[in-house]
Amino acid sequence: MDHLDKLEAQSVYILREAYREFKNIVMLWSIGKDSTVLLWLARKAFFGHVPIPLLHIDTHYKVPEMIQYRDRFAREWKLNMIYGENTEALRQKQTFPDGNVDRLTCCRNLKTEALKHTLSGEWPRYRMNHDTGEYDLDSNTEAYTGVIVGVRADEEGSRSKERYFSPRDQDNDWEVGDQPPELWNQYKTNFAPGTHLRIHPLLDWTELNIWEYIKRENIPVCSLYFDQGCGSRNRSLGCAPCTTPVESTSTTVDEIIDELKTGKFANIAERSGRAQDKEDGGGLETLRREGYM
Amino acid sequence: MEKERLKIVIVGHVDHGKSTVIGRLLADTGSLPEGKLEAVKANCARNAKPFEYAFLLDALKDEQAQGITIDSARCFFESAKRHYIVIDAPGHIEFLKNMVTGAANAETAMIVIDAKEGVQENTRRHGYLLSMLGIRKVVVLVNKMDLVDFDQATFERTAKEYNEFLAQLNLTPVSFIPISAFEGDNIASKSPNLPWYKGLTVMEQLDALPKSTEEANLALPFRFPLQDIYKFTEGKDDRRTFAGTVETGSISIGEEVIFLPSEKRSRIRSIETFNTAKQTTAQAGQAIGFTLETQLYLQPGELMVKAEDELPNIGQRFRSNIFWMGKAPLIKGKSYLLKIGTKRVTVKLVKILNILDASELSSIENKEQVDRHDVGECIFETNKPIAFDLSAEIEFTGRFVIVDDYEIAGGGIILEAIASQESLLAGQVKEREEAWETGLVTANDRGIRFQHQSKFILITGEHGVNKREIAKNLEKQLFNKNYNAYYLSLSNLNLGLDRSIPRHVVEERAEQIRKVGELARIMTDAGQIFITTLAEADDYDLERLKLLNEPHEILVVNVGENRFSKYPVDLCLGLEESPEQAFEKIIDLLNSHSILEYYI
Ligand SMILES: Nc1nc2c(ncn2[C@@H]2O[C@H](COP(=O)(O)OP(=O)(O)O)[C@@H](O)[C@H]2O)c(=O)[nH]1
Ligand SMILES: [Mg+2]
Repeated sequence: MDHLDKLEAQSVYILREAYREFKNIVMLWSIGKDSTVLLWLARKAFFGHVPIPLLHIDTHYKVPEMIQYRDRFAREWKLNMIYGENTEALRQKQTFPDGNVDRLTCCRNLKTEALKHTLSGEWPRYRMNHDTGEYDLDSNTEAYTGVIVGVRADEEGSRSKERYFSPRDQDNDWEVGDQPPELWNQYKTNFAPGTHLRIHPLLDWTELNIWEYIKRENIPVCSLYFDQGCGSRNRSLGCAPCTTPVESTSTTVDEIIDELKTGKFANIAERSGRAQDKEDGGGLETLRREGYM
Repeated sequence: MEKERLKIVIVGHVDHGKSTVIGRLLADTGSLPEGKLEAVKANCARNAKPFEYAFLLDALKDEQAQGITIDSARCFFESAKRHYIVIDAPGHIEFLKNMVTGAANAETAMIVIDAKEGVQENTRRHGYLLSMLGIRKVVVLVNKMDLVDFDQATFERTAKEYNEFLAQLNLTPVSFIPISAFEGDNIASKSPNLPWYKGLTVMEQLDALPKSTEEANLALPFRFPLQDIYKFTEGKDDRRTFAGTVETGSISIGEEVIFLPSEKRSRIRSIETFNTAKQTTAQAGQAIGFTLETQLYLQPGELMVKAEDELPNIGQRFRSNIFWMGKAPLIKGKSYLLKIGTKRVTVKLVKILNILDASELSSIENKEQVDRHDVGECIFETNKPIAFDLSAEIEFTGRFVIVDDYEIAGGGIILEAIASQESLLAGQVKEREEAWETGLVTANDRGIRFQHQSKFILITGEHGVNKREIAKNLEKQLFNKNYNAYYLSLSNLNLGLDRSIPRHVVEERAEQIRKVGELARIMTDAGQIFITTLAEADDYDLERLKLLNEPHEILVVNVGENRFSKYPVDLCLGLEESPEQAFEKIIDLLNSHSILEYYI
């Protein structure tokens, strides 16, 4: 087994463990490459099926290609696809592009808050109806208490302390110093009522691993990752107003892998194109404490 | 060709320089993101505090405030030969569980010792844990040589002392290297300050470590802990897939397998994967699925092995080495959850053989409990038989964790299987019976008065097979015929007798079974025909109920397919049978046990 085989096996084991132990789980699908790999790994784990619902938080500032891509594969792979949003903030224009709040507050409104309330079931969820191919209001408002997230340890400092199975209390608090031990493939799978859980099957993957795996498995990824002829492409997908494409002429997965291995990105952090990380030294970390993933 | 990767954990007493070693390794191998080192240095200058390599690693605000590493951070660096993943394990004793998390899946360890302070308590404790976690490749770094004027004698004294300590644990370090991490002496390049040292630098030593091979795991007997069973019907999929990860060995289509402890047998029909070429063999490390030639009903947690291989142990008692991280001590008499492979089972501490004071490696005698951060040798008993290997033979299936109050509180490795003389439960029942005080009315007196013997009738089967209706009808019909029959729904216990039971999944179930058995003992003693239903019981649940109900008799009626492989069920009812038909058959059963007409 090569390194990718091992990473894959570990992630599959974690996904199966999550599915075995928890009833109300959901998997976040940001449409980005990491969570798309995660989705692919779920198909591996469950032999072509995806028995776990997928949740996308729609900020309405995503590039249209992302939504088209999402819906195409939701249909093709018969996904139990759900999306949620912060309807109020959007209506009241409490967003950065509207010029009313700063970037961090915008993220907080459109992502963190939307995610929190969509998970809890307090805000409407829209579920894909595979008969019509459209989204209907979801009648299920039961809270999701387990969330599978595609974060990687190499992404950012604060993420390198994560566990595969990471409990959060009701206020989403993360006790960094008092996390459950994980050893010998045994994770925390017993919980006091009211515990919320995040599951991180991709923790050990690097950005390069992700691309190598995309190549090996021939996983379809969003077209925004490739140069469309303007000499730039997205290295990470976020909202259009806060994600600056990087200069690159890579048009294929192979070229991206080359660029990461030897080219100019070999030593530059992936999220460097994400403006909200920089707003106050610890922007991303502040967001994460509040529940951003 | 792809570069190899090696996972290293770095341990040692607090402040001996672990973070500095890592920071230096990252910096000297050019593995830091561009500008990161400069940014951290600039930040230190701005705040007028001396630069520390730890700041580089302590990415969390929390940590910088506290000034100690509180979790196992993962860092990546590479040499010309390998990719390294290095795990910075915290040195503070309170953070033992973080250290264990970091160390448990590493192949190699570096232990850092401050040359000036010498070997400290945690230097020893960590050495002990490494030996228990199964990490055999250990490099010892004697750090801060600048503080002892790069003195050879100091280095040699420290190395000798620690070497002797490790020898008691059967651990022989690969090497001892004198370094000064802060200045980079002997990290990536030979230090002119240490001309007397002729050995390898840290980088050279890491690259020179042999990588453990997968062939070793492949050569072991086949072990596959069954993680789950899937039946997804979407798209007319009719596979019943047995999913899990192969721990050791390999298996091919057509080979015969045994599931343990149930002892059910079948053959591999197919190997299931997604988006790969068809496989005919599955091997160690693969997270995979199987379909079988025959339909077997199994619970996740069984261990699938090859019929032709050497079989694992099956039993309830074992001797083990453990370490305890729980906030509450490990005590006798309390039920815990044991997780071994994919199996979860209730376990109790039977005996403490000795507790080692890890810092001195001396025994503490007569300890009655295992306290937080203790390591020791104990005997455990599970409430049902489990399949396991000895950790010296197959480490993957010979180690376990113990859950207390939702938390993984301990870990251990199995040293020896102990043939059960008498289970804890049998001992308890015996004790109970010896102390049982009877009134002046005997069972025989009651039988004559009631015109029948007492009996415990347990109706079992899957969820939703009409057990309750059968039970209630049975009670009513017996009652109408003048028998003393009493039906009890177990759900009545939830808010009554069982109110005190904490809701802890597995332990809860074990405790519930115990209460039902004790209740049956009382009801049958009172001369009743005691009737209850229990969904999804397994062989061992029935064994336990039988034992608990002693000296009276239990009759087990199974509704639907009989999935018991060991317990001889007294009566099987088909799903199509009405409560009336069921009643007729149960009456026949009671008659054949000559209990109804006995006294007439
Ligand atoms: N003089 C000297 N100080 C060192 C050396 N290595 C580490 N230190 C200092 O020792 C202290 C503890 O180091 P750190 O790496 O944080 O220790 P840890 O707790 O084991 O991670 C810090 O102030 C370091 O700067 C060394 O080689 N020489
Ligand atoms: Mg440190």
